[in-house]
Amino acid sequence: MARNIFHVDFNCFYAAVETQRRPELRGRPVAVCGSQEDRHGIVLTANYAAKPFGVKTGMAIWQAKQCCPGLVVLPPDMREYIRISKLAREIYEDYTDQIEPFGLDENWLDVTGSVGLFGSPMVMAKEISDRIKFELGITASIGVADNKITAKLGSDYKKPDAITRIEADNYREIAYPLPVRDLLYVGPATEKKLNSLGIYTIGHLARCPVDCLTYKLGKMGAILHTFANGKDPSPVKRTDYAATVRSVGNSATTPRDLVSDEDVHLMLYLLAESVASRMRDLAARCMVVELYVRDTSLVSFTRRRKLAAPTCSSAEIAHTAFELFRANYRWSQPIRSIGVRGAELVEADAGVQTSLLDDEAKREKWERIDAAMDHLRQRYGYMSIRRAVTCADPDLGRINPRDDHTVHPVGYFGG
Amino acid sequence: MSEAKREKRYVPVVVRFDAEGQLQPLTIEFDEDHKYAVDRVLDVCRAACQTVGGVGVRYTVRVQGQERYLWLEKSRWFVEAIRSQ
Repeated sequence: MARNIFHVDFNCFYAAVETQRRPELRGRPVAVCGSQEDRHGIVLTANYAAKPFGVKTGMAIWQAKQCCPGLVVLPPDMREYIRISKLAREIYEDYTDQIEPFGLDENWLDVTGSVGLFGSPMVMAKEISDRIKFELGITASIGVADNKITAKLGSDYKKPDAITRIEADNYREIAYPLPVRDLLYVGPATEKKLNSLGIYTIGHLARCPVDCLTYKLGKMGAILHTFANGKDPSPVKRTDYAATVRSVGNSATTPRDLVSDEDVHLMLYLLAESVASRMRDLAARCMVVELYVRDTSLVSFTRRRKLAAPTCSSAEIAHTAFELFRANYRWSQPIRSIGVRGAELVEADAGVQTSLLDDEAKREKWERIDAAMDHLRQRYGYMSIRRAVTCADPDLGRINPRDDHTVHPVGYFGG
Repeated sequence: MSEAKREKRYVPVVVRFDAEGQLQPLTIEFDEDHKYAVDRVLDVCRAACQTVGGVGVRYTVRVQGQERYLWLEKSRWFVEAIRSQ
């Protein structure tokens, strides 16, 4: 049976929330930016008045101000954005219980079961759009399709405040001419590979033989091929915001550039503590440790390593991440931001394939130490107990990645 | 209501909770000299305030024979007050 899937995407979400609550800013160019003092000084969202000046997400504040001298720069208020996001969810819940968030400002809705109650999918989309405008004072673009990938294509197709239906009858007409990067999961690297095959549009990708794609891109090639053909069978998961977690990661743009192995060592311990502690909250352990590094020229890379057995020990995660770092970074540039992620989570009390060689007792001991630290911090605050290594540099050591960063991005494949 | 002349004014409100947990605003204490009894609540809905900004629950109330909006946002009440020049 054909499904009815919506992708609802708020337009310039953070900036829209800010201009809603400060009517005096309406019509003026506004950018919500990370805090300048801590060097996260980049544009997170710019509103439509700022975009014609060339202000883009990811730009440094000084660049944005150069493009647009009258730009109003505001700090982010995540608590408010989360509140509005929750209110939006309550609107969606009047139409379906299958709601899958993708960040704070995007959601997939499977409304197949309730179309009969409300008329047609387009009527429902219009009603949701109107309610978002009336109840939240912001606008959304909605894509209406029979699968998640095409619905997302639809919500990106026309902005702001638009509803775009892309289904079998008009799929080729609308989707085929679009550049291949518009497809979810085609990033700059994949785009380059596809371009080298002569694939520039979604139409090219859809018509390319699967073998050719799998040869170049592995199993992702086959997945992208089905995406391009408007056939994504994945269901809209019933999830709360940040509820189904398949991986736990933390990254930080550090208050100063990291210039030595010691700096990186310190940061990895801080981040690993946060990651391990959040995994324990979820009663999970990770099978894979991922390291993310971005240098001062904004070049970044990710490396991952599979562990012999699942862990939620911060020491082990930090140690593995540091090994990955040592094996993969040559200090051609100082480092601007760094991240650690525990992936392939398994339930903490699930059966564990124990290793003959690994020292299980030692691992358990470390996990107990971590749990004791969690407990102390919960009662007496984050700074009540710290690793000595984090005292080596007060600027870096005072970062609390766990509580200072409330929004953690979630991947489409849940990992 | 003209937009330029309004401002967001947080105000104390006397509220009655009934046994079902429904709340009913009784008096809007605009300032010491101006305390207005809410004669009737005509409508309650979730809404965004276009004039002075804010997202919350909008109470359409009748006060001294006139319809006014009273807003509950994050457990604070506000009205769209006429800006004193």
